[in-house]
Amino acid sequence: MHCDVNTMNTPATIRASQADVNLRLTAEEKIGLLRQMLRIRRFELAALKHYQAGIHMGGFLHLCTGQESVAVATVSLCGENDHIVAGYRTHGQALAVGMTMNECMAELFGKATGCSKGKGGSMHFFAPDKNYWGGHGIVAGQTPLGLGLAFALKYRSAKGCCLCFLGDGAINQGVYHESLNMAALWNLPVVYIIENNHYSMGTSIERSSAFKECLAARAEAYGIDWDRFSGEDIYEVRARTWAAMERARNELRPTVLQIDTYRYYGHSVADANAKKYRSPKEIEEYRRQHDPLMLWQRRLSEEGVVNDEQVEAFDAEAKTEAAEAVRFAETSPLPEPEDIFRDVYYEVDRQTQAGRAGTFFFND
Amino acid sequence: MAAITYRKALNDALAEELAHDENVVIIGEEVAEYNGAYKVTEGLWKRFGDKRVLDTPISEAAFVGLGVGASMLGIRPVIELMFWSFAFVAYDQIVNNAGCIRYMSGGLVNLPLVIRGPANAGTNVGATHSHMPESILASNPGVKVVCPATAYDAKGLMKTAIRDNDPVFVMENTLLYGETWEVPEEEYLIPLGVADVKREGSDLSLIAHGRAVITSLQAADILAREHNIDAEVVDLRSIRPLDEEAILQSVRKTHRAVLVDENKPFCAVSAQIATTIQGKAFDDLDAPVMRVCSLDTPAIYSPPLEKLQLPTLERVVEKALSIA
Repeated sequence: MHCDVNTMNTPATIRASQADVNLRLTAEEKIGLLRQMLRIRRFELAALKHYQAGIHMGGFLHLCTGQESVAVATVSLCGENDHIVAGYRTHGQALAVGMTMNECMAELFGKATGCSKGKGGSMHFFAPDKNYWGGHGIVAGQTPLGLGLAFALKYRSAKGCCLCFLGDGAINQGVYHESLNMAALWNLPVVYIIENNHYSMGTSIERSSAFKECLAARAEAYGIDWDRFSGEDIYEVRARTWAAMERARNELRPTVLQIDTYRYYGHSVADANAKKYRSPKEIEEYRRQHDPLMLWQRRLSEEGVVNDEQVEAFDAEAKTEAAEAVRFAETSPLPEPEDIFRDVYYEVDRQTQAGRAGTFFFND
Repeated sequence: MAAITYRKALNDALAEELAHDENVVIIGEEVAEYNGAYKVTEGLWKRFGDKRVLDTPISEAAFVGLGVGASMLGIRPVIELMFWSFAFVAYDQIVNNAGCIRYMSGGLVNLPLVIRGPANAGTNVGATHSHMPESILASNPGVKVVCPATAYDAKGLMKTAIRDNDPVFVMENTLLYGETWEVPEEEYLIPLGVADVKREGSDLSLIAHGRAVITSLQAADILAREHNIDAEVVDLRSIRPLDEEAILQSVRKTHRAVLVDENKPFCAVSAQIATTIQGKAFDDLDAPVMRVCSLDTPAIYSPPLEKLQLPTLERVVEKALSIA
């Protein structure tokens, strides 16, 4: 299944590569975007291998393999007052904001050196110092958090916006609609980015959405501007996401973006039916014709920015970095049993006066 | 010292904290222009304006989540639920986001927010509006829950809750909003996790929180007057953190405990207190720990019958006499 990209709601047919935000990109930055995508892919493939080995990792592992361009292109537009919050398929955004492979891999391994000290796992990466606010496991649970981040920016008169990522499955949750209504009503600088990989777990859009033509178009009911485009071209994603971010920053208006993309693996690695609710042919077609890494690489080669040898070297570097991250994770210490009780309460961790009065934990 | 209502005490606490810290904002349904469904926020919008006191649509999940998100960036939202019964439509935001984000981030994200509103039965509004979720919510490590029983406690606990750096849920009571208590003019704070002995006694401990404290004080009067039993009344004030030491001290003194709790009995706050007592003061007990809870069905509408459903004075006295 492949939804054709509907461009009827776009303002103009400016060639994305000629958009200001893309003209400003240096060759080095363009290469940087490719390297980020390669890093995300290599990180996830390494994680997949070790998940399947069944020794170190538990729980779920939701890979964004095939969707890397969305995270990399959108995050590349963020400035110091722009903030990000996302759902559970979040490795891409996490690496794109600058989290290290080491801390992310160690988190997957449940180690003390993980970004969340082994307390969050795959779905719950955080890096507040990089304006990255998670990593949230419940579908659409992050959508009002995005409102709150945008509210705080507006309250402080900071010229910035919040990018709130969600999947196509999240748009049928009530809290998403409540959030859209409030975003419009309160004029909050939030950009909801629906990463449409066409399947909410194993249920296709045809079977989950009454209005199938366009998921973002539901925003019209709330008086919110929306746009829909393909995620496979970095220039396009940057140009059209930038317009939404500028609307948020300058006009304090929200936007809903639907970025069409595709995941090669199942909903999670534990998705036993990953190849049953869609055909292997469909997956293969995406890999061969729509792979965002391949397309960006081709683009940069056409522009004379990189050659194949360089790309191979970047890929090898990313692969080595991922292998080293695995080694780091394997050799890192586990959290100590007493760490189970840390990070629950601010006041207890700091042993403030408030953290010393009364019983906080009821173990005996 | 002036006598003011529980409602006014809360209103004063909110006004003082709005003035004290520019990061404090009040968010909720009808909190601004309408002056609050129960008038707890009366006058605050007029005094502090649109930026600090904000009316929301009826979208608990969204505005609670908004508060959690804003608190991540250091805003200190005080979110009103018109009834704590409405917490259930925002449960994911309250339990997963307010309750778990700090932990799941390995302590990187702090959430200084307050959710407040009435959490009581007894007003003939049917089962949907009569939930008392303090036991359900206090069972989630990561959050704090307080249940003030008097105007004095309401003000002091609310101010502390707003200054606390963890999510604090303040559970009020519509039946107490109009009751008056003496409250000092000068500023004061009451720490969370510190119980208050509301009546000293030597024969028996009545241990309660919220409005059940008032019922217990009345029962203690009857026990003294009519049965020559000197009951102590311990007001927990805070459910999590819980002042276990105050509970144990009282039981060690009186050797008998009746837990008075407006929760439904199954996994109620009092069930936890009973566990604490039997585990840590078993040898001090001269009688089994007894409980008086709400009768174990959904809240009934019929006004005369709903009175019977909550812990009545008669049931408390009777239970006390059964072990005295």
